Amino acid sequence: MNFVTMLEQISSGMLKTILIFFLTLLFSLPLGWIIAFGRMSKNKILSGITGFFISVLRGTPLMLQLVVVFYGPYFLFKWSITNWRFPAIIVGFSINYAAYFAEIYRSGISAIPVGQYEAAHILGYTKIQTFFKIILPQVVRIILPAVTNEVITLVKDTSLAFTLSYMEMFTITKQIASAQTTFMPFAIAGLFYYIFNLLISFIMRRLEKRLNYY
Amino acid sequence: MSEKNIYLEMNNIKKSFGDLQVLKDISLKVHEGEVLSIIGPSGSGKSTLLRIATMLETMDSGSIKYMDEEACTSKNGEMHYAKPHELREIKKNFGLVFQSFNLFPHRTVIHNLTDAPIHVQKRNKDEVLSEAKALLLKMGLSDKEDYYPSQLSGGQQQRVAIARALALKPKVLFFDEPTSALDPELTGEVLKVIKALAEEKMTMVIVTHEMSFAKNISDRIIFMDKGVIAVEGTPDDVFNSNNSRMNEFLGKLSHE
Repeated sequence: MNFVTMLEQISSGMLKTILIFFLTLLFSLPLGWIIAFGRMSKNKILSGITGFFISVLRGTPLMLQLVVVFYGPYFLFKWSITNWRFPAIIVGFSINYAAYFAEIYRSGISAIPVGQYEAAHILGYTKIQTFFKIILPQVVRIILPAVTNEVITLVKDTSLAFTLSYMEMFTITKQIASAQTTFMPFAIAGLFYYIFNLLISFIMRRLEKRLNYY
Repeated sequence: MSEKNIYLEMNNIKKSFGDLQVLKDISLKVHEGEVLSIIGPSGSGKSTLLRIATMLETMDSGSIKYMDEEACTSKNGEMHYAKPHELREIKKNFGLVFQSFNLFPHRTVIHNLTDAPIHVQKRNKDEVLSEAKALLLKMGLSDKEDYYPSQLSGGQQQRVAIARALALKPKVLFFDEPTSALDPELTGEVLKVIKALAEEKMTMVIVTHEMSFAKNISDRIIFMDKGVIAVEGTPDDVFNSNNSRMNEFLGKLSHE
């Protein structure tokens, strides 16, 4: 296999890796807010259940969670869902990352002084206005570095999709490497993850600077 | 004073935190154009009273009326609040200046002033903006419009906070120890602004530790001690009273 063919095959995997990355962010970033609100709820049952859910997702390997999401429906309910592999990966990743984001959001919210809520309340803001106009903009600035960390980890974690034999970049890389007995694919893959993350760090740093206006 | 409109009326306010009874049956009235100062030692309940008046804190029993509209009252040991939309209207009657300013750090000075009038009261943008600029001019902060709160001194921040409260045109303005977080040098500039408001006959309720200021500016002073109003009257009445706790309190202050 020449270098160009190798690169072509790995590139097709890159697109799938990028797809996992973006879809996971698309679902987990908002889902994290829902979980965070559940966790912060005054309802003890709701916050208890959410807390347990978060601790399980953070306390067990993502690899295991992917396997459970993929095989669970069949082993538990005898459901066989067609083309479940890719959706299972997205569901597994999204839920896992949402749990981490939820804890980040929660820490950000608890960092806002109670005086901000009181001032908004006295000025007549509704609860929804208070959240979106007063609290959220301040929370975003506080949590951005922590979110950046998670996003960088996600780039690397996409390789865990190989557990479910999904043909993303890492799975393909491994296959080519063992078929052709060459180390080259690993170097290419490594370089790709690294450059991808350099790009993310650059973008997030720009964003952080932009939010540092006060 | 009694022929003037009553802006705020609080009756038989009681409040406990656990076993500690912080307010024991407090009643007071605030009349139109009146400056009422509430003084007293720490833990006497004055800040709690203010937080209850502004509905940041609930009470165990008692009633609050603004402009003769009942905001809440207790019947048979249970608190009854006005309906949410009524409560919203009632709350428009007052503003509050906090000890720790509580400006919105992510908005500029001018936005801190204009956001609530535009987005909460839904008033005309241009009108709000020109009023806000006039308020900043009055506070001596015209050149700070586009600054963020963190770029201002404590005294400047507190003046912005006062302007922000005034931008909503409240009938009664509460101050919760407005200068306690400021060093003596900056205290003066804030007190000057409050004094100017008093001269314009703004109705104000001020919880403060600044005794000479309270004496100087107030129409009436309440001295609170251990959850009750121990002395109440004109500044002269209060500062010349024979109340032993009042004298003890003033004595301690003068030794400081």
